[in-house]
Parts: sequence; structure tokens; C-alpha cells
Amino acid sequence: MNETISRLEEVTYDDAIVRKFLLACMVFAGVAFAAGLLAALQLAFFPLNMELPWLTFGRLRPLHTNAAIFAFAGNAIFAGIYHSTQRLLKTRMYSDRLSAIHFWGWQLIIVAAAISLPLGFSQGKEYAELEWPIDIAITLIWVIFAVNFFGTLAIRREKHMYVALWFYIATIVTVAVLHIVNSIEIPWSYMNSYPVWAGVQDALVQWWYGHNAVAFFLTTPFLGLMYYYLPKAANRPVYSYRLSIIHFWGLVFIYIWAGPHHLLYTSLPEWAQTLGMIFSIMLWAPSWGGMINGLLTLRGAWHLLRTDPIIKFMVAALTFYGMATFEGPLLSIKSVSAIGHYTDWIVGHVHAGALGWNGFLSFAMIYYLVPKLWKTKLYSDRLANVHFWLGFLGIVLYYVSMVAAGITQGLMWKAIGPEGQLVYPDFVETVVRIVPLYWARALGGAFFLGGFMVMCYNVYRTIAASTEVSNETVRVRNTRYSSAGEGHRALEGMVTVFSVLSLIAILVGSVIEIYPTLSLHSYIAKTANIDPYSPLEIAGRDIYIREGCYVCHSQQIRPMVSEVLRYGSPSTMEESIYDHPFQWGSKRTGPDLARVGKKYPDLWHFRHMVDPRSVVEKSIMPSYSWLVKDKTDFLSLRKKVSVLRNLGVPYSPEQVAQADRLAEEQAKSVAQAIHDQGGPEGLERREIVALIAYLQALGQKEKQPRPTDQVTVKE
Amino acid sequence: MIVLYLMIPISLALGIGFVGAFVWSVRNGQMDDTETPAHRILED
Repeated sequence: MNETISRLEEVTYDDAIVRKFLLACMVFAGVAFAAGLLAALQLAFFPLNMELPWLTFGRLRPLHTNAAIFAFAGNAIFAGIYHSTQRLLKTRMYSDRLSAIHFWGWQLIIVAAAISLPLGFSQGKEYAELEWPIDIAITLIWVIFAVNFFGTLAIRREKHMYVALWFYIATIVTVAVLHIVNSIEIPWSYMNSYPVWAGVQDALVQWWYGHNAVAFFLTTPFLGLMYYYLPKAANRPVYSYRLSIIHFWGLVFIYIWAGPHHLLYTSLPEWAQTLGMIFSIMLWAPSWGGMINGLLTLRGAWHLLRTDPIIKFMVAALTFYGMATFEGPLLSIKSVSAIGHYTDWIVGHVHAGALGWNGFLSFAMIYYLVPKLWKTKLYSDRLANVHFWLGFLGIVLYYVSMVAAGITQGLMWKAIGPEGQLVYPDFVETVVRIVPLYWARALGGAFFLGGFMVMCYNVYRTIAASTEVSNETVRVRNTRYSSAGEGHRALEGMVTVFSVLSLIAILVGSVIEIYPTLSLHSYIAKTANIDPYSPLEIAGRDIYIREGCYVCHSQQIRPMVSEVLRYGSPSTMEESIYDHPFQWGSKRTGPDLARVGKKYPDLWHFRHMVDPRSVVEKSIMPSYSWLVKDKTDFLSLRKKVSVLRNLGVPYSPEQVAQADRLAEEQAKSVAQAIHDQGGPEGLERREIVALIAYLQALGQKEKQPRPTDQVTVKE
Repeated sequence: MIVLYLMIPISLALGIGFVGAFVWSVRNGQMDDTETPAHRILED
């Protein structure tokens, strides 16, 4: 600190990269919102699935979530980080080349996702659906981003690191760790793989990742942006810098342990559930500390709320942040989760955060940045206000309809009559009841998309009126080094060295992580009372994952009276021990499938997949008629079963060598059964047979059924 | 639950990393002044 001799130096910020990220953010926001609206309409009106495999809900929903999180929010974060970091550190980004690789690499990843997800390449894990080549690309690009960011920190001219930078640091480090651990997988083709984790282990890793993706991709970076852009937009310092420090450290220490609240009442050991619940409740304090800090920044300047659309968006964003972070811990309390879990309440909760907090904060940032980056004035404040009210109305409609739908359906599922019978034994009754709310939600989404389009027009007119686009040059005080030849200057030529070193670190880390998992099979299997899936069932399971069945059907029965009456005895940890990946699901738009095996004849499943309405009149499920035409890939089964065997699933070498033949034999008998029951002939090579074999195996894999399996519903 | 042998160390490593960052930031004087940083970002 004795070297804080101030010197004036000239810096030219790289604003071109910020403009690029900003425009990419807007393009992909449009894609994400449009995909979301179509998905919402499909739930209200099933014919909109159009019997197109690549557009059906199960494949569209992962496209929507990945586009919203990684394409829209991702590009928004990068735009904000590249813009604010340079100014906070009073230096240009470490390397223009790394910035460019980061930008183009990330957009290529998004394009790869936009092609591969509709084609059905999926790992079957929510928000981590992307297959292994894309996973590797994400890791590489993220490392490049990290090198560029930490390089910029190293050459900074401002000694003090403002709180926003701490939020960015936590984001970069934690997202890297989460992504790598959750994506450890063994490929069985150039675009397919199985995760090394199975069953409860996979569930725990996935929701540790899933929850922290929300925490460190949708919360901490946006809080960093809030701490920079809110004071800038209001032109007044943050209410309490001290509180912001407590806010930051409180969040990062607590968030990482809260993941198991996604698995309450599942077969995850109870102590882990309780741990997740307690840490989730603790999150109330730092989250609200941050929200209050943001809102109180406007003390004495509340008039801006009337006049400045940017402030309006920010205040609404913070309010939605407060709402979502109040509701999150609430939903993590076990007895609340008992009603809310698997329902649309969770969908409403997520969208209060995604549309309200991430969406509105990004819009505020865009309205703030576009005039600055294109050196002009915003085309119309009036249109920005129109956008605000359309968006706000959209979110309120969305949220209210989904919470109402969720609580309604949750209570209907649990309703038990005076004689101890389910009041609504037909699942579809509980669906029909909330379909009007699906329409209301879609209307809310349409308002939100409409508001966004108003913004696009406003931004287009603003940019069109711009006559000068250049990088900003400023004179800044260097408070860190006394002469230009010292310290950070030496680092500037070392981009490649740092990149290579980081890569090596990541690779060494990965090897250390993967090694123990390769010996996993010696710990499981021996005592398990479970048979692994037959090769044909594996083929069917891969179809189940490809079509995204898990986005609407859970495979996890909770230990509650109403669930046992409806679905059978509670799921056990053992039952999914060989499930790579686990398919417990998180949402029941349709009923749970954990024990659907042998519940219906094969022909029922055949007719149900071709036209769900032929067996369940009011069903909203899409038709999967292409499964009758498309042929099962028997040949790849040897490879698949061999990979699973290496991961510890107890297949014999003969089963691996003859996987395709065994599958063909079983397929013949299933096809024969369908024909005998009155269905068409000659289906043995069709995908539908493999899928039916898998569905009929669900809940049927215990070697010795336990007496509790005899639970039946008595009228 | 074998996976805990991996996840707990990783989570702890992250936590310890953050503690390290916190200790560094205190020693480095990042927390000495909790007033002016909020004002300084307002001037570009």
C-alpha cells in the first residue's frame, strides 16, 4: 500500500467485444423466449407438437432451458462482465484474441446445442443435456474465459477489487468445477455417452450441479452486474458497501450445500435431505441482504422510478429476486415440498427468477449499455416503458397461473377420501383441471415475448441512428504500480503460457476425479438385489432419454400415503443402482412411471405411444408415431452394454458379446405379444418394441420382491 | 453414496478456496475501506 503513487495513463477499452456479446444475447433471447412460448402452447394444446420428432415437447423443453440459461443469460453475463470489468480495473481485457475465441467459441457451442438437442442427442440430465463433445468444448471455452478474466485482474491498474468482481470470480471458478464433475461420462459413440454416476449418486451430483447452476450462473454473476449497473444507472453509491461484502461471502459459503432440496422425500438418505433443507433456509439471510442493499441504493432517488425506465426494470428485477429467494427456501421445507414438488409451482418459481430477475436485469443493462456503446441516445423511453409493462404483466400472469396450477394439482394428488381411497385416482383428471391455467401461462409468455420485441425495435432504431462506433479511451489513475515497467506489464505477453497451464491443471484435476470412479463397480453390485436391464431394455431406455420423457414423467415414488396408493410402494435407493443416468425426474406433467411395468398390456403401450387419446381420452401427451416406423439400433448395443459393464453394471462377457442377438430375441417375443393381443404384425425391429420392453421393466427388476410390493389399492 | 467421497472433498475444496480468498482479501487491504469503493466506481 505504500506504492499508491498515482499516475495518469491512457486506456482504450475493448467495447467491440461487449457489442458482440450484447447482440448475441438479444438474438438468442428471442430464440429462448419463442421456444418457451411454443412449449407452453404445446402443454395447453397438444396438437402443436405436430408429430414432428424434433419439435415435440420432450426435445423442445431442453432446447428452451439451455437457450435461456446458456445462450441468453450467458451472453448477457459476458457482455456485462467484459464491459464492467475493464472499467472497474481500469484496464483493457488481458487479450483481445482470447476475447474473440471466447465469443465465437461460445456461439458455436450454442449452435451445436440448437442442432443436437432437437435431433435427440441428450444425456437425460436437466440443464446438462448436451452431449460429450459439446461438454468438452464448454470446458475449453470456459477456461479461455477464465484465463482472460484472471489475466485482466493481474494487470489491473486499480488495486481495490470492487464487490462485483468478487461475484464474477466466484462464478468462473464454481461453474468450471460444477460442469466438469457433473459431465464425467464415457462415450459409446461420437455423439452419445453414459454418465459414470448412477442412481442416487447421479441424482446427488446432478442436483448439486443443477442447483448451483442456478446459484452460480443465474445468481452470482447477475448480482455482480446489479452491484455495478444499479449504482451507475442511478448515479449514486450502493447503499452499504459493507453489506455487499457480507452478502457475497454469505452466499458463496452457503449455496454449495443446498442442492439436495431438489431431492426431498426421494430415496436419497434422509440426513442429506435435511442438510440441504437447512442450508437452503439459511440462504434467506444473505439473499435478502443483497436485495435490500440494492433497493436502498435508491433511497432519496425514488423519483427515478417514475422517470427512468432503466431504474424501473432494475427495481422490478430486485423485487423478483427477493420474491424468488423467499420462495426458494420456503419450497425447501419438506412439508411445503411435499405439495409443491413435481408440480407447476416449481415452474412458476423458476420463471419468477428467470423472467423477473435475470430477464429484467438483462433488459435494464441493455437499455443502459446500448446508448453508451453506440454513442447515441435511446430511441424511445416511451417504448421502453411499454416493454416494461408488457413484460411485467407477462410475468405476473405466468407466475400466478403456475402457482395456482401447482397448488391445485398438488392438493388433488394428495386428496384422500373418508374411506382411505384417492379422490382423484385418474391422473388425467388432475391435468384437465389445470389446462385453462396452461393457457393463461402461455398468454403471459406471449406478453413477455411481445415486450421483448418492442425492445428489439427500440434497440434497432437506436443503433440505426448511431453515427459513430468506437472504443472508449479514457485517462485513468494507476493506483497499483509506480512505474509502467513493473509487475503486470511482464504478464502481458504470457497469454499462451497461462492458457496451457490452466488446461494442464484442468486435465490433471479431471484424471484425479475420474480415477476413483473407474473402480466404483467394486463397491456396488455384489449385494444388490436388482437385475440389470436387458440389452433391449437398454435400447428402449435410450429412446426414453432421447425423447425427453423425463421432462414430464418422474420415476421416484415418495413415501406418502397418496403416492403409495397411486403408484405403489416407495422407490428404494437400490432400484436405480444401475441407472446411468438416473431418471428420477423433477416434474409430473404425466404420472410417475417408477412402477409402471406390467401395469398395462403391451398393446396398451403400443396404442398409447401411437395415439395417447385412444387409451386415455383427455391425455395431453404428444403422439410418438415415428417410433413405429424407425428401426432399433441393435448393433450399437454391444458397445453400450460393454460401456455399462465397465461402469460396474453386472453383465457377463457373453451378454456383452451377444447383446444385439439377445435384444433381437426379446424383441421378437414382445412383438409377438403385441400381435397376439390384437396389434399389428412385424414390429420386432421397430423402436416402439424396445421402448415398451423398457417401460414394462420399470419396477420389475428386484430379484426377490419384498412383501411391501403387495400393496394394492382397495376400492 | 460412494459419490460423497468425491463431492465432500470438492465442496470443501471450494469452501477452503473461498476462505483463502477471503483471508487474502483482508490481508491485501481489500476490506480496509468500506466507504470510498462504492463512490469510486461512479467516475469513469
